[in-house]
Amino acid sequence: MKALVAVKRVVDYNVKVRVKADGSDVDIENVKMSMNPFDEIAVEEAVRLKEAGKVSEIVAVSLGGKKSEDTLRTALAMGADRALHIETDEKLEPLTVAKLLKAVADKEQPHILLLGKQAIDDDAGQTAQMLAALMNAAQGMFASKVELTEQEAVVTREIDGGLETVALTLPAVIGVDLRLNEPRFVKLPNIMAAKKKTLEKTSPADLGVAVVSHLNVVRVAEPKARQTGVKVANAAELVDKLKNEAKVI
Amino acid sequence: MSVLIIAEHDNQQLNPATLHAVKAAAGLGEIHVLVAGSNVAAVAEAARKIQGVAKVLVAEAEYYRHGLAEELAALAVKSAEPYRYLLATASAFGKNLMPRVAALLDVPQISDLTEIVDGNTFVRPIYAGNAFETIQTSSEKVVLTIRAAAFETAAAEGGAAALEQVEAAAEQKLSRFVSQELIHSDRPDLGSAKVVVSGGRALGSAEKFNEVLTPLADVLGAAIGASRAAVDAEYAPNDFQVGQTGKIVAPQLYIAVGISGAIQHTAGMQDSKVIVAINKDPDAQIFNIADYGLVGDLFEIVPQLTEALKA
Ligand SMILES: Cc1cc2nc3c(=O)[nH]c(=O)nc-3n(C[C@H](O)[C@H](O)[C@H](O)COP(=O)(O)OP(=O)(O)OC[C@H]3O[C@@H](n4cnc5c(N)ncnc54)[C@H](O)[C@@H]3O)c2cc1C
Repeated sequence: MKALVAVKRVVDYNVKVRVKADGSDVDIENVKMSMNPFDEIAVEEAVRLKEAGKVSEIVAVSLGGKKSEDTLRTALAMGADRALHIETDEKLEPLTVAKLLKAVADKEQPHILLLGKQAIDDDAGQTAQMLAALMNAAQGMFASKVELTEQEAVVTREIDGGLETVALTLPAVIGVDLRLNEPRFVKLPNIMAAKKKTLEKTSPADLGVAVVSHLNVVRVAEPKARQTGVKVANAAELVDKLKNEAKVI
Repeated sequence: MSVLIIAEHDNQQLNPATLHAVKAAAGLGEIHVLVAGSNVAAVAEAARKIQGVAKVLVAEAEYYRHGLAEELAALAVKSAEPYRYLLATASAFGKNLMPRVAALLDVPQISDLTEIVDGNTFVRPIYAGNAFETIQTSSEKVVLTIRAAAFETAAAEGGAAALEQVEAAAEQKLSRFVSQELIHSDRPDLGSAKVVVSGGRALGSAEKFNEVLTPLADVLGAAIGASRAAVDAEYAPNDFQVGQTGKIVAPQLYIAVGISGAIQHTAGMQDSKVIVAINKDPDAQIFNIADYGLVGDLFEIVPQLTEALKA
């Protein structure tokens, strides 16, 4: 069985991004970049499925500028077998990303496709579902458990109020959540070995997908700042403030 | 120009998420609501009464019972023709379904809106709420999800919408429902509670989490939330998680107990009206956004607070 994993290079989750003074965008020059944490979980899951003998090959795909190569090398170091870089400097909307991944899926014919449930930069949370739609495939979003049989992926999903289990006909797209697993720490020898693995390049044009833009970002702003609060000395004072000053109880 | 809202329900009751969606859509045009399920007469009736809804479309089929995205998306697409906007709340239900609908229609989606400026202009958070982007689109059709906490609810009573039965779409049979495990609780729902008491890693165990937070939540009639660290350590169930990748809440009062205030957590609660933080570290980040901070050991302070509230 073949697994395809999509990985995005994003601002590291420890970085507090700031808005540019002209309000055109956030300033991400010279900040630390990493693999989107949810994509790391997706790669880890694919590797575990391979270690369990369920998956025979893992192909990692990334879209974006030259440096997305670094993210793909990380995926290879974690255990992906080969990598495909769809290189472009254009800004990609989720629907375009889904179309590009669909074009890759048409060629690669994977049985399962693992994606993060959201990227922590745009927080859009759309790509996995869109890819499933374009492939006319089943989707298992917010997955916290994945079991593979010959014909199906049985996915436990995190929903409001609890958990739901669904069985998906293969090929299926799975959008992974935090609780699915804990990604491994990549060791140096694996990083070295990853340098020798195949990293193929392609482009939206090669894949026959037009990069169109439907959404125009006109302004990026800081969130409303909260007023600095006060420290209170004890529980009694707090209760008094909540009752008589804030009037929320 | 009109709006189709996909109703969220469990075949018996309409979820308040739909009321938020109706409120958010108020300026966009005539509002229709699609109720798809199995034996959903009561839900359709509830949807009819929402103030501001002009029409309710009802589609019944056994394969709509569990809200599978593959089935519902096919129906939404079949119904989409007359509408410019297809809209739902960014709950687990809406997040699962709407991007599938958008892709099938080959139109863009804008997720988790916190503000609708006009019919073409929308505001949404990015980078865990570190920034808000204003997006414009002239797309002929657009799929939207709204952040419930950013919009009030429409009145559940007083409307008298027309009811129209619509034909189900063909069954997709791509996925199959196996089981569901819902946590039943008498507490107010985290997403809509007026008061939320949240615990972090500092609680130390599931027993302590309950022992310390439950009495406080009880006196306040509060919902209980948690940081991801507390959820990961299994002190609290997953759907208690508040934050960028958990639930977004905006209660009147949010009490953060033993929570450091990482951006991923504050992304989910920083729009609360009043924030209280209890933490033994005077430099904890959470104090930067708290209206009232109390420095000290939560195991002493929380019981004292509970007692003081009872008095
Ligand atoms: C992709 C991604 C998504 C994430 N999404 C979320 C999310 O949605 N929600 C979320 O919450 N987190 C999320 N996180 C995790 C987040 O970054 C933090 O790790 C997490 O919020 C920390 O939880 P905490 O504050 O409970 O724990 P800690 O950071 O360990 O803080 C514990 C706090 O308790 C205080 N304390 C300890 N003992 C006591 C005591 N006896 N009395 C009083 N105070 C005490 C300490 O001073 C400290 O401030 C995410 C992380 C990633 C990478």
